[in-house]
Formats: sequence, C-alpha cells, structure tokens
Amino acid sequence: MSVKTPSRLEKVLAAGHMAVTSECGPPRGSDGDVVVKKAELIKDYVDAINVTDNQTSVARMSSLAACIRIRQMGLDPVLQMVTRDRNRIAIQSDILGAASFDINNILCLSGDHQSFGDNSKGQNVYDIDSMQLVQTVRMMRDEGKFLGGDDIARPPQMFVGAAANPFADPFEIRVPRLAKKIAAGAEFIQTQCIYNLDKFELWLKMAGDRGLLDKVAILAGVTPLKSAGMASYMKNKVPGMDVPDELIKRMKGVAKEKQADEGIKISIETIQRLKEINGVKGFHIMAIEWEEKVADIVKGSGLYPRPEVD
Amino acid sequence: MIVAQQKPIEEIIEEIKGYQKILIAGCNECVTVCEAGGKKEVAILSSALRMYFKNQGKDVVIDEVTLERQCDREYLEEIGNRVDQYDAILSLACGVGAQFMSEKYIEKPVYPGVNTCFMGANEARGVWTERCQGCGECILARTGGICPVSRCAKRLFNGPCGGSTNGKCEISKDVDCAWQLIVDHLKALGRLDDYEKLMPIKDWSTERAGGPRKVVKEDVEI
Repeated sequence: MSVKTPSRLEKVLAAGHMAVTSECGPPRGSDGDVVVKKAELIKDYVDAINVTDNQTSVARMSSLAACIRIRQMGLDPVLQMVTRDRNRIAIQSDILGAASFDINNILCLSGDHQSFGDNSKGQNVYDIDSMQLVQTVRMMRDEGKFLGGDDIARPPQMFVGAAANPFADPFEIRVPRLAKKIAAGAEFIQTQCIYNLDKFELWLKMAGDRGLLDKVAILAGVTPLKSAGMASYMKNKVPGMDVPDELIKRMKGVAKEKQADEGIKISIETIQRLKEINGVKGFHIMAIEWEEKVADIVKGSGLYPRPEVD
Repeated sequence: MIVAQQKPIEEIIEEIKGYQKILIAGCNECVTVCEAGGKKEVAILSSALRMYFKNQGKDVVIDEVTLERQCDREYLEEIGNRVDQYDAILSLACGVGAQFMSEKYIEKPVYPGVNTCFMGANEARGVWTERCQGCGECILARTGGICPVSRCAKRLFNGPCGGSTNGKCEISKDVDCAWQLIVDHLKALGRLDDYEKLMPIKDWSTERAGGPRKVVKEDVEI
C-alpha cells in the first residue's frame, strides 16, 4: 500500500502494522504544558495522538493550538475538527494553518450538539457536515483547490479520517453510512467506544461483505471503564453508546477499589479479541482524563513496542 | 403556518405600563390558528391587562381589534382612522405583522405581544412542531419528504450523526431524529438506495446567510 501523505499513522498502516492511536483532551485554560505532559504520558505507546475539538461542547483550548504543541514535540497529531463551530471559510483556514505546521492527520466530525456543554445558548454553524468536511479536505489535498475553485499554494498533506458509530440507530444504515464516508474520501475510521463486541463484529462482517474493509482502515475504539458508575452512566446518559448489562454486572461484581483495574482488564480483553478479527487495522484508545493508563492497556494487549517507520 | 406563542404577561406589562391608551391588535391568520394572537387571545389578554391596571389603581384604556391580516397594508389601513387615539399598539401578530404595523404607523410605538417561533404544523390539540426554515432551496425530493434543515438539530445533509438512539435525537428523547424519519420514509418509498447518494455542500446564500431576501414575481408586478 502506497502512502499519499507524510502521516506517521498512514505509514504504520501501509506497512501492515496494527496501528494504535490515543487522544489528549486540551485543558480548560491556557497552560500549554498540560498538553505536553499528556502527550509525554502516551507518546511511546501510540503512533498518533488525537486532539479533541471542544468535546461535549465545553469550551477549551483549541484543538489546533494543542496539535501544534504536539507536532513540535516531533509527534504525529490527529487534528479533530467538528463542523459545529466553523463555517467553510474558517474550516479551510484552520486546515491550512494546521498544514503550515505539518499536521498530517485530520478527523472529520460533526461534533456534539452545543446543548450538552457550557454554552448551550450559543449558535451552531453546520455550514457543512462531517462527510462534506471529508470531501473538503480531500479536495484541498488531492486537487490543491479551495472549495471556491482557486488554487492552494502548498496544499495540505493530510491523512483523512472520520468517525463511525456501529451502535447508533438506525442499525440498517450503519454500513451504508460507512460506505458513504468512504465514498466521500475517508481513509481511516475511528469507531465509537466498543463494549458490545458481538454487535461490532456483526457490523464489521456486514462491511466486509460489501467489500468496504479493503478501502478504509478501521481503528476500533476502546475506552476503559473507571467504575461501575461510569459504565451505567455511559449506558444511560451518553447518546449512541451500547454497554451490555453483563459488562455492568461484571464491574459491579468487583470491589469498588478494584473496579478501575477491572476496567483496564476489560479493555485489554477487548483489544485481544478484536485483534484477531478481519478488518480491524488498529485501535483508538480513548482513556478519558486517564491518559496514564494508555501504557498499561497497550502493553497488556501486546501492542508494545510501537513499530519504527521512516 | 407561522407558529407563535404569547409572551409572558409580566414582559408585556413591563413594555406597556407607561401608556394610558393602548390598542391590542390581533390577526386572523396563522396566530389565530395557533391560538396565540387571534380574536379570542386578544380578548383574554385585554381582560387580564385591564384587571391588572385596575388593581394597580391605574386608569388605562385598553381597546381590542383583530385584523384580517397584519402582513398586508390593505388590512392595516382599516385602523387608520383610529390609530391616533392610542399611545401605543400591542400587536399579537407574528413578527412580520408586527413589523408591517410598525412600518405603516411609524409615529406609533408598536410592541410585540407574541414570540414568533417557526413555520410548523398542528401535530395534536395544543401542539405545534417545526417543519420548515425557509432556506430558499427545497431538498425534500431527495430526503424522502422530511426536511433535515428544520428537523435535524445539526441540519446534517448526510445524517444521522452518532447520537441517534431509538429514533430520537441526541438533544432530547422528545425530539424525533430527522434522519431516522428520512430512512424510514425512503424505505417506505422503496428508495433506501438513495440514502447512499452524497448530498453536496449546500448553497446557503438563499437562506438567512445571504441577507434579507426578496421574491419578485414579474408577471404580477404592477
């Protein structure tokens, strides 16, 4: 598989390795060292580091600024970009800004609705949606053109990703939706956190039956549960999340002080099972405000050390 | 139709409390149908205000009128000979009617008595829901007759997002996911394959983004 960009993530995948990505949530303040410290914690265990973009619609340090810091550490950031907060002018502008620092990955998202966050009375933009953002980056990269048709001097060199949630409704269009994202130009997919492995495997099989798995690299999403309470919260309060009852029961069956360890164990078991499944090309570990555990998960699931690529 | 909702009476009182003679003007069109500003609502609000001012020991005259349409100059003229008698007009028409009233009687302060909410339909007795945002370029033909601009909280053209659960939107269990409805309708029409057609980036210049809009029908222009 030939590579189209200088992205380290793309190179790891092209070389046939199981890729590992994780993420840093930027701080709610202007201390850039927070980003650096989080990146330090995970850098040896991942190929690329996602930076979330005002996740759950809570205002934070910008994803782009945090990505620049990570890039300046010599690492490979994945710029997460939601279409909630920017119109097409700002989107193209931020893509070029990121490209000027040689940020070589982008994850195109629509973003949580603003009503979830601390600015619930604000506007949302949604000039374009996440698929159209994928198309936009591909056009800027491959054709070297702005949406308006003008030429871009030094086009962005970005490996283009999108999200997929195999657990959202309606289930029957989950695979067609993946096909649509691939048609729009998505080259890698990071999935929603997987707790219902059977359903995930069914989705993957259906995607395979349609021949989609050769066209895109699926990185399976894994989020360690910190407690039985978190498991119940994810099940009941987070839209589009599928946490089976057995899993909640398993977490509840463990003494409170041991629940975090159990959560890590479950993540490792998840990765070990999914590693063997055709079509899984890597993992995206979302250890929410728990970055220090990424190392344990990666080591525990036999994904360490990370491969060297040039 | 345009759906409106009467403003809280405290807010209305705060706006008009300085006046002695007030005309409350209803409208026979949309706000009558959505029971926010028709003849009945004008009468109820007028009684409530009279009672309030009387209890306050204030001598305030409140008169009532309901026009055929406030978004039409011809009908606004019906009160032309009475307007001078009043210090202020409280319009229970939508934002269009209230503005037309204000433009017509430029020396008279006009206050809105309703909040204009959206273009929608009567879902059930006492319930109205949004159906259209007047984006100026209708795409219903491609979305199974369901509008993602007005009914998807993120107005996604290639939805649904990952927040769609059991047919409901991530913002509330009381809100239908527009894209679930679109998929259901496409299926009912035997056109689910259409779901996979990528919808191109929308031209929003026909929407609010393009500035105040105007429709000219040349064949009927005078």
